[in-house]
Amino acid sequence: MNSNKKGMTLVAKQKAAGWAFLTPATLMIVVMSFYPMVRAFLISLQTGAGANMRFAEPIFSNYQRMMADKVFIKSIGNTFLYLLIQVPIMLILAILLAQLLNNKDLKFKGLFRTCVFLPCATSLVSYALIFRSLFAQEGLINSILVKLHILESGYNFLGNAASAKIVIIIALVWRWTGYNMVFYLSGLQNIEYSVYEAAKIDGANGWKTFWGITVPLLKPTIIMTFIMSINGTLQLFDESVNLTKGGPANATITMSHYVYNTCFINVPNFGYASAMAFLIFIMVAVLAFINLKVGDTRD
Amino acid sequence: MIKKNSSMIQRRLIPTYIFLIIVSFISVFPLYWMISAATNTSVDVSRGRILPGGHFMENFNNLTAQQPLWRALGNSFLYAIVTTLVCLLICSIAGYGFEVYHDKWKDKLFSILLLAMMIPQVATMVPLFQMFSKARLLNCTLGFILPMISTPFMIMMFRQNARAFPIDIIEAARIDGLNEVQIFFRMFFPTMKSTYAAAAVITFMNAWNSYLWPKVIMTDNNSLTMPMLIANLITGYVTDYGMLMCGVLFCSIPTMIVFFVLQKQFAEGITGAVK
Repeated sequence: MNSNKKGMTLVAKQKAAGWAFLTPATLMIVVMSFYPMVRAFLISLQTGAGANMRFAEPIFSNYQRMMADKVFIKSIGNTFLYLLIQVPIMLILAILLAQLLNNKDLKFKGLFRTCVFLPCATSLVSYALIFRSLFAQEGLINSILVKLHILESGYNFLGNAASAKIVIIIALVWRWTGYNMVFYLSGLQNIEYSVYEAAKIDGANGWKTFWGITVPLLKPTIIMTFIMSINGTLQLFDESVNLTKGGPANATITMSHYVYNTCFINVPNFGYASAMAFLIFIMVAVLAFINLKVGDTRD
Repeated sequence: MIKKNSSMIQRRLIPTYIFLIIVSFISVFPLYWMISAATNTSVDVSRGRILPGGHFMENFNNLTAQQPLWRALGNSFLYAIVTTLVCLLICSIAGYGFEVYHDKWKDKLFSILLLAMMIPQVATMVPLFQMFSKARLLNCTLGFILPMISTPFMIMMFRQNARAFPIDIIEAARIDGLNEVQIFFRMFFPTMKSTYAAAAVITFMNAWNSYLWPKVIMTDNNSLTMPMLIANLITGYVTDYGMLMCGVLFCSIPTMIVFFVLQKQFAEGITGAVK
């Protein structure tokens, strides 16, 4: 009886310890993420500045304003352009590299892997500035093109809407391919090598094994990297700010960059900025949800 | 026979080697160029000079004359290290708590916390800025670390790895009279060193590289971070490329060192939570 009672208190103590252990982290997430998200929605319904914030009339006027805001619509277009072009190129390249590096007979595997992975060691601002300098009118790329007589004089890559977008896409692919490759490599290591041996005996060539074995077995990893890439692309900020400064004439500005400008660069408008930010949140959530659903039904 | 076979395999791999060499070159070259440009004058850089030059000190002196380099480096180290220490403590305890003491309610709570992963930084930026300016947390270390010290990703990583921690050890320790907190610090913590290393690398890198949040709350020039400092170098009409790349080099050295020394932990840290 006595020992039973003591046991009860021990179990109770353990239970209390369990909750105590996860309380600090949970509190921090609630206070630093969930509560601000609710606040953001409330602010998105308000107009005015500083202490004079009041609810807008009509209540959704900030959201209505977005529909007519050409810069914001442009920023959505830019962000989705990056998403639709850059993410598939990067992920396919990453899978391909992982597949090549997973070859048992390949030499210098570690060296190649380190090289491809290396761009991840640079901060986003750093690589944005490196690419800005490389593609500047007096930058290295132009010097090479002029020396090879492909161009007569330096081309203003960052001053032209189409080429500035291409530079951003190239930079993004450069920075993130190795990052995604690491996921695929660790995914591939879980696939038994004998599966590939069997396919080889059955006469499947490299291309067939890639689509027939690698891609299906990596599907969970692919879906995860896809969600992460969508999330990251919809939040692009550092590159837009530092590589192109959003220019020329907002041709490369991303949604997050425009929201930031609306808060801190232009005439501050926290209400309108929050409304746009809330829309970004909904886009991220919807796209992630669709992705998970698509991933589920094919199983 | 075997030798002939292996040389045949290597010959068949030649296109693969060529492709990998090209990709490796493209991956490494911009970083090589950054280092080499940091040692050249802006004029040489613009002329397309690729080889390293002898003007590093000149660029460095220009940089320190124009920008508070040492202060920014010190700030970045301080913010990143404090973030890493606090984040590891809070998230590892939580991950351990969610896994070892798990029940229906804790599992539900965990899946709710995961939703925070979908919240974009710009969405919480305005409310957090308002909260932090009211609480006088602008321009200080506490303000920098608070939104970063508890992330669903880190909690998930420690939760996944706590799964491999044998429950027998916990039972045995309880019989030996250790309380729950002691079990965590004396049993779990020492056996999970590799998980902590991976988590530390990834958290340090994220904190060092973070840009949007410091840009929002570090309004004072004395509290600026390295990424903010190098971004300041392109605000003028004329860019001094030698000096710019010198700054970028200083911003990259710490993360490069971490990368080369702890590459395995870095890779584990990235993929850690999704095994």
